[in-house]
Amino acid sequence: MFHFSIVLNCVDKFLHVYFTDSCVLFIDFFLVGIFILVFYAVLALVLIYLERKICAFFQCRLGPMRVGPFGIFQPVADMIKILLKEVIKINGVDVFLFRLAIYLVIIASMCTFGAIPFDRGLHVIDFNMGVFYFLSISSIGVVGILLAGWASNNKYTIIGAMRSGAQLISYELSCGLSLMIIVILSGSLKLSVIVEQQFYVWNIFRGGIPTIIAFIVYLISGHAETNRGPFDLPEAESELTAGYHTEYSGIQFGFFYLAEYLNMFIVAAIASTLFLGGWMPLHIIGWDLFNEIMDHIPPIIWLFSKIFVCIFLALWVRWTMPRLRIDQLLKLEWKILMPISLVNILFMFFWMMYL
Amino acid sequence: MFIKANLYLCMTNSALFFTILLAAIFMVTGALFISCALSPKSTNSLKGEPYECGIPTRGASWGQFKVGYYLFAILYMVFDIETVLLFPLAGIIKDLGKDSLYYIMFFFVVLIFGLIYAWGKGVLQWE
Repeated sequence: MFHFSIVLNCVDKFLHVYFTDSCVLFIDFFLVGIFILVFYAVLALVLIYLERKICAFFQCRLGPMRVGPFGIFQPVADMIKILLKEVIKINGVDVFLFRLAIYLVIIASMCTFGAIPFDRGLHVIDFNMGVFYFLSISSIGVVGILLAGWASNNKYTIIGAMRSGAQLISYELSCGLSLMIIVILSGSLKLSVIVEQQFYVWNIFRGGIPTIIAFIVYLISGHAETNRGPFDLPEAESELTAGYHTEYSGIQFGFFYLAEYLNMFIVAAIASTLFLGGWMPLHIIGWDLFNEIMDHIPPIIWLFSKIFVCIFLALWVRWTMPRLRIDQLLKLEWKILMPISLVNILFMFFWMMYL
Repeated sequence: MFIKANLYLCMTNSALFFTILLAAIFMVTGALFISCALSPKSTNSLKGEPYECGIPTRGASWGQFKVGYYLFAILYMVFDIETVLLFPLAGIIKDLGKDSLYYIMFFFVVLIFGLIYAWGKGVLQWE
């Protein structure tokens, strides 16, 4: 099968013809950085456009139609506009923490973004403890949000940040516990190894009932982790103006916006990597012709179609459900999802041992 | 020559992690710089006020806060450390065999009782 590191080696050899060794090393890292930045920004634009269009269709509207054919350049225009807006300096904010919050939120989303395997050999980071790395880095975002609310010197932002902190740390637990089901099943924490193992059967079918429960729990808690949908009470606009990013203006707000959309993508990507087979095609044991046809579809199309199905589910939930109250939110996590995922792990241990 | 031989080893995950970190920092700093350079500026004494629906701000915003959030944070600590401890065990559970499974199970059941205790105490009830 095609391995993506062939392409990387070709680029490397090509560069060696023209530059010295240390120079090539520098250029390689530079290219990786540029690739990540461009991919991150383009993906954010695509996601914003999709969100606006899908939201519009749910509400029987057309959505953006003016800028370009079917409004496809609308997010680009929005980005340019937001770049040209004034960055207002607020009296009495803690300037250092106020700025640091943006960096933390963007770093958290971009570093987890780098860990996603897009194809065989096409990943930036592939740690041995990839699942663990994903969980630990994504929880840095909570610190960013808490700092943003705290440093703004505004009552609404503090309420938003506190709610967000309680919500994110609570839902992180069931998120981690449901990912642990996959770790028990595959016996590895490395994301690329977990994907390779799903060549014959995807994890969600391989693990039986516990994995299906874990997938549903992960979708719910991952959706809550992104501060969207029915769980968007940190930024409940009817109560708290805009929540923790009320005081952020212009491009500073743009970063929070960017990170929110990319977090949605990352949650969907991890769900499809761990549960739905990542870039592996759908294989059914015994159906050789079917498997043959499925192998001809490029892996990256498989991955992106799975991711966009998960994203569509998230958007569907967001535009259908009414917002929860804070007590309902915490009740859902601690009294429903948490016991379910704890018992599910016990069940999984037995499943692995006796079945 | 040494670098050429070890090029692939040098492109290790940690180095790539720091590359992404630098890329993120570069993106935020660059965009803030461009925005500050291009955007219009005007000064107004009222512009810098905190946005609280137009009413002048009363009292300090950096005060005490509801204790309920703090209780949930403590509970989170307990269960998150449990997750951290269980992840390496979950990775090698197949090789450990049935006997060690019961030890892990004991640890796990104690934690489930912890959750039940907190539930009974009414910590999980938001007021």
